[in-house]
Amino acid sequence: MQAIRSLVLVSGDAESKARGSLKVYEELQREIIKFGLQNEITVTMVEDVGRHDVLPLVIVYPEAVIYGPVTAADVPFLVEEHLYKGRIAAGLQASTKELSGRIAWLSARKGTLPAEQRIVLHRVGLIDPDSIEDYIAHDGYEALGKALNEMSPQEVIEEVISSGLKGRGGAGFPTGLKWKFVAQVDNYPKYIVCNADESEPGTFKDRVILEGDPHSMIESMAIAGYAVGADVGYIYIRGEYKLAQRRMAQAIEQARELGLLGEKIFGSNFNFDIHIHSGAGAYICGEETSLIESIEGKRGEPRSRPPYPTTHGLWDKPTVINNVETLANIPPIIHNGATWFRAFGPKSSPGTKVYTILGNVNVTGLIEVPMGITLREVVAIYARGMKNGKSLKLAQTGGSGGSIFPASLQDTPMDYDSYQRAGVSLGSGALLICNEDTCVVDLAKVLLNFFNQESCGKCTPCRVGVQRALQILTNFSEGTGQPNDIDALQKLSDNLIQLSNCGLGQTAAVPLRDMLNHFRAEVDAHVKLKVCPTGVCQMSGKHVWE
Amino acid sequence: MITNIKNGLDVSTVVQAAVSQHGATHEDLIPILLSVNEQLGYLPTEALSEISHSLRLAHSEIMAVASFYRMLSTEPRGKHVIQFCESAPCHVMGGRQVLRALQEELNLEPGQTSADGQWTLLEISCPGICGVGPVMMIDEDVYGNLVPERLSEILAKYRE
Ligand SMILES: Cc1cc2nc3c(=O)[nH]c(=O)nc-3n(C[C@H](O)[C@H](O)[C@H](O)COP(=O)(O)O)c2cc1C
Repeated sequence: MQAIRSLVLVSGDAESKARGSLKVYEELQREIIKFGLQNEITVTMVEDVGRHDVLPLVIVYPEAVIYGPVTAADVPFLVEEHLYKGRIAAGLQASTKELSGRIAWLSARKGTLPAEQRIVLHRVGLIDPDSIEDYIAHDGYEALGKALNEMSPQEVIEEVISSGLKGRGGAGFPTGLKWKFVAQVDNYPKYIVCNADESEPGTFKDRVILEGDPHSMIESMAIAGYAVGADVGYIYIRGEYKLAQRRMAQAIEQARELGLLGEKIFGSNFNFDIHIHSGAGAYICGEETSLIESIEGKRGEPRSRPPYPTTHGLWDKPTVINNVETLANIPPIIHNGATWFRAFGPKSSPGTKVYTILGNVNVTGLIEVPMGITLREVVAIYARGMKNGKSLKLAQTGGSGGSIFPASLQDTPMDYDSYQRAGVSLGSGALLICNEDTCVVDLAKVLLNFFNQESCGKCTPCRVGVQRALQILTNFSEGTGQPNDIDALQKLSDNLIQLSNCGLGQTAAVPLRDMLNHFRAEVDAHVKLKVCPTGVCQMSGKHVWE
Repeated sequence: MITNIKNGLDVSTVVQAAVSQHGATHEDLIPILLSVNEQLGYLPTEALSEISHSLRLAHSEIMAVASFYRMLSTEPRGKHVIQFCESAPCHVMGGRQVLRALQEELNLEPGQTSADGQWTLLEISCPGICGVGPVMMIDEDVYGNLVPERLSEILAKYRE
C-alpha cells in the first residue's frame, strides 16, 4: 500500500449485505477504475462499523465523511464528486447524530487531522502534570467524590462490570469481575496494585499516561480501593521511567496535602494511601505474581497459580492488580456512566485502545482509537501509509501475547474477541508494522533473543526451550538449519505453551507458532534452499551446504 | 583491588544513608540496592555485607536479589555505560547495523567493559522511546534515530 490518498470503507455486516452493500462495493471499484483512481484509493469492506439505522454505509477517510444509506445507483455521483472532484457529495451524507461503535469517534473530529477518541489520554498534553489544580479544573477527582458520596462499593463494582471494561495489560480479563472477586473475600488488609512496569518492546503508552496525567492513577486506585475494601495501594513503576516516578511522587504529595489521600477522604469513612515502588530492570516483573514478589523485596520470579492474587496476592492478602491504561478508564466510567462508555467500540470489547504505531510507516506515534478499527485503517489514516510506497508484509502486536500476523489479516477488527477468533492477539498495543523487506525468520530471532534474555530461569521448559528455539532460528538464519528442525520448533512451541510456569514462556511460543502458520514458505526457503528471500539473513553457512 | 567506586565515596556512609532513607525491612531491600548502586556505580561486596547486616537478611539472599535485576551490578562498570536497544522495533529500523558499527568502534561485545575502564556496552530491552528508533542510552543521555555514521561524533563527547 502506498501513501494512499483515500481509504473507502463499505459496511459489510449481514444487514448491510442484505441491503445491497456488496453491489455498492463492486460499483465503487468499477467507478474508481473509470476515473483512473485505483492507485491512490483503496476500497475495502468491513464488518460491524457500528451504526444500524442508515445502512449500508460508505465512509471516506481521511476526511471521515459518512455516507448512508448508499445504493449502487448513488455510487457514480459519490465517486465523481468526492473522490474525483474532492468535495462532499451533497445529499448522501448520513447525519452524525447518535453515532456508536467504530465510527463513534468521527463526530469528535476537529480540523483536518484524523479523528481520535480520547478517554484514557483525554488530559494528556492538555493539563500541566505538575499541577493538581489543573487536574481538578479538568473534572479531576470528581469521579472519586461521586463514588464516595453517591455510590456504595457494590454500585461502583456493578458500574465497572456493566461498562464491559477489559484489562489492557495484555490478558483482557474483565476488570469489574476481578474487583468483585477481591471484594468478596473476607480477609484484610487488601491491596490495590497498579502495574506500571511497562517493558513490552514497542510499548510506551503507560509512560505517557503516568507522565502526562499522574493524578488519574491516584484517583482510579482510590476508587478501586473503595470498591474492594483496600486502604493501601502500590504503584510499581519501571526503574528506567525516572520522570514518571518523580511526577507520580509529587502528585501523591499534592493529593495528601489536599486530603485526597489519607484519612476520611471527602468526609467519608474511607482511608487510602499510595506507595511507589521502583522496578530494577526485569521484564518478567510485569507479570503480576513476579511483580508482587518484587514489591516484597525478592527476586522477581513468578509464583505458581492458583491461588490467584485476587485471594493470595501481596503478602498473601487479596490484591487487585491492574494495568495503568485499564485504571485510566475508571474515572471517566464512574463520571459518565457505563452506558456512555459502551457507545465506543464493539459490544464485546467496549471502549478505546491506545496503540503505539512503529516500523516502516510514514508517521509513527501514539493513538487512542475505539476498539475494533482495523490495521488497514491504522496504516492508511494514522500512519499515513507505508514508507517509500512499499507494501505491508506483516505486523507484530508486541508484548505479552503479541502475535506476528500477515497482511491478509489487516481487515480483522482490532478487539479482543475478533483477534482471538482469528488466532492472533492484540498484546500490549504495540503495532510494529513491517514492509516486504522484513525477514520473518530474522524478526522471530530478535523476539526469541529478547525472551532468552528475559526468561527468569525458574522453570525448565522456558529456560531451556527458549534457548533451544533461539539456536534453531539462528541456524536457519545462517543457512545451517535441517529440515527436521522445523518439526522440532513446532514441538518446542507446543511445549512452551503447555508447560511453562507463566505467560513469559507461553508468549515466547507465539512468534514461533505464527511464523510457522503464516510464513511457512519463507521458513522452508531458509531451511531447504538455504535462501533468505528478503536478503536479510547472511547465510554464512551456505558454502558448507553447496 | 580495583574498586572503581564512583567519586571515592565511603561505602558504609552510602549504605547507612540508604537504609535510613528507605527503612530496614525486607520490602526495602530493592530500593536500598538501587540507591547504593546508583551512587557507587555498582554494588561492591562490602556494601552487600553491610546491607545484609542492617536488614538482618542472609548474604545469599541479598546476592540472589542483586544478581537478578538488570539495573543492579555486582561488577564494576565502565565510566560510561552504553545501553543499546535490541528490541524488535529498533531492529526493524536498522538497529542491527548500528550495533555492529558500535561494537567495532569500541571493540567490545555486549556485556563487556573495556580494559581501560572507560566503557561498558550493554544490550537493553526496549526503553520505550521507540518512536525514534534505533535508540541507545549513554549514561542518562538518550540518542535516537541512530545511523552508523553518527556514532563516532556521539562517542567523542564522552572521550576526554
Ligand atoms: C511476561 C509477562 C509480562 C507482563 N508485563 C506486563 C506489563 O509490563 N504491564 C502490565 O500491565 N501487565 C503485564 N503483564 C500482564 C499482567 O500479568 C497482568 O495480567 C496485568 O497486570 C493485569 O492487569 P489488567 O487486568 O488491568 O490488564 C505481563 C504478563 C506476562 C506474562
